[in-house]
Amino acid sequence: MAEMPAFTPVHLLTGFLGSGKTTLLKRLLADPALADTAVLINEFGEIGLDHHLVERIDDTMVLLQSGCVCCTVRGELADALRELHSKRERGLVPPFTRVIIESTGLADPFPVLSTLKSDPVLRHHFRAGTVVTTVDAVNGLSQLDTYVESTRQAAIADRLVITKADLCEDKADLSRLLSRLTEFNPDAQRIMAGTDDPDADALFGDHAAQRATKLQSPSGFYCDTPTLRVTAEGVALHTAISSFVVTVDRPIDWTGFGIWLTMLLNRHGERVLRVKGILDLVGEDRPVAVHGVQHLVHPPVHLDAWPSGQRVSRLVFIVDGLDANLLKRSFNAFALAGNSDARPQPEAAAQIRNA
Amino acid sequence: MCSLCGVIGGNEHWTDAVARPGVFTRNVERLDRRRERARRVSAANSVLSAFGMSLSDWQGSAFVLATRTGKSEMIEDLGHLWPAAERLSGRLCDPLDPQLILRMEEANHG
Repeated sequence: MAEMPAFTPVHLLTGFLGSGKTTLLKRLLADPALADTAVLINEFGEIGLDHHLVERIDDTMVLLQSGCVCCTVRGELADALRELHSKRERGLVPPFTRVIIESTGLADPFPVLSTLKSDPVLRHHFRAGTVVTTVDAVNGLSQLDTYVESTRQAAIADRLVITKADLCEDKADLSRLLSRLTEFNPDAQRIMAGTDDPDADALFGDHAAQRATKLQSPSGFYCDTPTLRVTAEGVALHTAISSFVVTVDRPIDWTGFGIWLTMLLNRHGERVLRVKGILDLVGEDRPVAVHGVQHLVHPPVHLDAWPSGQRVSRLVFIVDGLDANLLKRSFNAFALAGNSDARPQPEAAAQIRNA
Repeated sequence: MCSLCGVIGGNEHWTDAVARPGVFTRNVERLDRRRERARRVSAANSVLSAFGMSLSDWQGSAFVLATRTGKSEMIEDLGHLWPAAERLSGRLCDPLDPQLILRMEEANHG
């Protein structure tokens, strides 16, 4: 019997319609590494079809049929997970150690994560795992331009799987797609799908069950500086999804930061697709990492050491139509407020470097 | 749920994370916890004053948000603060409001 983790990770597999989620899932489930995985498939449509395609029908496979995960099905998702948990406790199903949810192509991934966090039973047994988003190399670019769902899915992802790259004849298109993805999700790991890869471990492997390690970007440094989209006039676009980094070289007041971020997320939560950062806090030697997706912020994590030995707070924002400069100014005014009381300085607003 | 006051135990908010390995929280030692709550009340008040509201600690387990006219509401954590503040004041509490930012900046300098 496999050892059951205290918190079962729930991974989310998402991606726009036709971007290869089910194909990927089907291949992954054949991998012995995923033998102890419960799968929830959510489909938008009258007749669920995906679960036939995946060809694995057992008690740990649940089909959520009554609608899209993001709207009607939240209750059903919670029920399904609770049911799975209860069956596992009673020994009615094999003791799964992870759950994968395949969401519909139109779903906004956020409510799934939020369900895990807010359900009184689930939050003691499950935790949010990796968000994997498939992006179609052929149609991806136009989908990103046309459908906000597609952009949100890509912006929220921890790992992006580029599918159908072999079908993509124009390599320039592919590199445009990749640079586009870098624009609004600079820190996600990008994986090219082939016939045999990525393997299950690369996508859902959770070596250290700590969010902290996930906060390290593939390049090793915490956050790669994202490129800012600019219009022809050289003005930063803030009508579309953009990402930017706020860098502060003075310690931040944790309390003020908490007040500020909760206030920001209360008002603009749906437009803050992602916020993650490493903070140099007043009174703390080690860095503290925060990680949030829309209205949901994960418990802050103490990191062991500064990634580059440099004590600088950096916060990456992926926002949908918020003014980056206003947000930086606001952060400055609020999160450093308590700090300036303790150390009155004429230049109370810390220097913020525009990325 | 507390059987005396009927306060339903809710979500764990990220600013009050339960201590677990690796998790950063000031919610462990009693003194740290009380100190952090006091700091939170004062930091929140510096913002809330712009809306004519104030926050106070309630028994170390909740907060009371009140307007100048005495309308008040109990809230459990920061996750409930801003929706309640908007409800009581009838105004939007927007940290990106330039006037509010200006006010905060002036308070920092002053």
